[in-house]
Amino acid sequence: MSKDITDKNVNATIDANFDGKRRQVLKGIAAAGITGLAASYGMSPAFAAKKVNMGFIYVGPRDDYGYNQAHYEGKTAVAAMDWVKAVDEENVPETIEVVKTMESMINLDGTQILFPTSFGYFDPHILKTAPKYPDVMFLHCGGLWDANKHPKNVGSYFGYIDEPVYVSGIVAGHMSKTGKLGYIAAIPIPQVLRNINNFTMAARSVNPDITTTVIFTGGWANPVKEAEAANAMVDQGIDVLTCHVDSPKVVVETAEKRGVYSCGYHANQMTLAPKGFLTGAEWNWSKVYTDYAEMIKTGKPIPNLVRGGFKEGIVKSSPYGPAVSEKAKKHADEVRGKFTEGSMVVYKGPIKDNAGKTVIPAGKQYTQTDIWLESMDWMVEGVIGTTKS
Amino acid sequence: MNGEDVGLFGILIAVLGGAVRVGTPFLFVSLGECLTEKSGRINLGLEGNLVMGAMAGYGISYLSGSPWLGVLVAGLCGIGFGFIHAMLCQQKGVNDIAVGIALMIFGTGLAFFIGKPFIQPVAPRLPSIGFGDWSDSPVVRAALEINVLFLLGLLLAPAMWWFFRNARWGLIVRTVGESADAALAMGININRVRMLSTMAGGFLAGVGGSFLSLYYPGSWNEGLSSGQGLMAVALVIFARWNPLNCLYASLLFGGAAALGPALQSVGITWGYYLFNAAPYILTLAIMIATSSSRRRVAGMPGELVSR
Repeated sequence: MSKDITDKNVNATIDANFDGKRRQVLKGIAAAGITGLAASYGMSPAFAAKKVNMGFIYVGPRDDYGYNQAHYEGKTAVAAMDWVKAVDEENVPETIEVVKTMESMINLDGTQILFPTSFGYFDPHILKTAPKYPDVMFLHCGGLWDANKHPKNVGSYFGYIDEPVYVSGIVAGHMSKTGKLGYIAAIPIPQVLRNINNFTMAARSVNPDITTTVIFTGGWANPVKEAEAANAMVDQGIDVLTCHVDSPKVVVETAEKRGVYSCGYHANQMTLAPKGFLTGAEWNWSKVYTDYAEMIKTGKPIPNLVRGGFKEGIVKSSPYGPAVSEKAKKHADEVRGKFTEGSMVVYKGPIKDNAGKTVIPAGKQYTQTDIWLESMDWMVEGVIGTTKS
Repeated sequence: MNGEDVGLFGILIAVLGGAVRVGTPFLFVSLGECLTEKSGRINLGLEGNLVMGAMAGYGISYLSGSPWLGVLVAGLCGIGFGFIHAMLCQQKGVNDIAVGIALMIFGTGLAFFIGKPFIQPVAPRLPSIGFGDWSDSPVVRAALEINVLFLLGLLLAPAMWWFFRNARWGLIVRTVGESADAALAMGININRVRMLSTMAGGFLAGVGGSFLSLYYPGSWNEGLSSGQGLMAVALVIFARWNPLNCLYASLLFGGAAALGPALQSVGITWGYYLFNAAPYILTLAIMIATSSSRRRVAGMPGELVSR
């Protein structure tokens, strides 16, 4: 049985390789044709290349009120510029499928720069495909690119979404009556844990007795489990819910139905919970993608690592909901101001994890850009939950 | 009451509430499959009916403003898919399992394709009845918010049980399922009985799907079903083709799915992958425990054995 499976995998790989080669041949023919045409109509190839050609790949539907929608909005912004050609594909699984999509975007659409946006696309799919196309730039949304290990035409871009999450935590800390907050998260990876920690520390800066209960659903999109988790939390007296899953729609709607507050994520979910929505952490990918397009247009080298928070305009907070008190708004605006001027340090010792161990000793601090924070595997004091399965 | 008591009580309530909330789609799909299998055919395509029903129910509710019209259309979609299944299976040499798998893929794909524009909008949902309004505890009130569809399912299970035992038509369905030869000798049109059974079963699965999108979790997107339609098919075997057992088994599966989140909400965090996998492990265990190459599973319709 296991041998059978291995054989199949081998076959699939061979097929994919063959497919790739065939497409390369086709590409050669097509390129020759286009050059020929361009020559015969007196068009210089340089002119044809002026249009910036970008490709976007999403793991889910582009209108999910969440992660994929945020990227799609970014793509829409660049596509609106007449010197950009942008193609995209949604619902591409984190399997060999994404390799096929990338190759067809490169070979058939002539994409120069690819944005495969989902976490699981990186290793092995992007890493294996990139060396085959040295002229194409592969930019992955996340923090995984490593100059020592990975190809030069691969890169990472990411925003410090934990900054607006911190601001949400301030608002949640002010608004919670029971002192119990709930975080529904997909899987315990560093980005998720950092959001949970920021949210908790922000709320505890308002009221040191606050706790955050965490439920991991085990997947990025599992609506029944997310609804079940939200209900179970409200049953336990939790009165502010937030989440880190692909689409916060179910969590925000369930919170509204049960009459508790919610903080959004990825995109603006205000319309889903007109009463209980407090604020939320949002991406501002339009800015990032426009910057990349400009870089290509002007021929500037593309950096392998792009990072930014409030200051760089890569993230933003959702507008406050009607329930948010003036005091909470004032405090949150103040904190956002500190992030924007770059004076805010969240991870300043002493900080203990939720098992009582000191993770950051007194006197030590890690600023936002510190790469150490991107390998986070612990949850801060006040979080109820564990990263171990 | 100290904090821990509230926590454990909360788990119990959450699991019971979850059994009803998560179990309802299982109930409808398994009753539908039970009816189809009693007539001697297996329809593995009910997952497709479920997803299609979820999409159609949500879409129609959004367009018309009436969630009940959505439920009806979801059921009609199910009838349509049941008709295709029955139509194909009564051709010569066609295997019902293969057709079922094809329809499952077709149904999900079609629903994803048509359902694109309905992911974002918010449609009117089905109402629920607050059986817990007597209680001061919001926890109890929330757990006892029972959807009307569940109540219908609750009535349907004994009704179907009675139907198979006592009604003339029920006996005809069983005869066809037990022995096609005997049914033929009695002058029963086997294909017609099977077609009607498959269509009615498809209707129930479609309605089960509309519960997912129109009540709990109450929104349409492409990750909505996590295989409820397929698990319900396994559940029928567990229930020994008895509609009443289908009810109990659905509640058990619903409760199993609610267990993981409920435990994490009180800080019992070890093994959450295990608890999240509970319904699937239960399915596997049931399949292993009930399948044998040597003997026929008790209660299994004869026509399903003799293939």
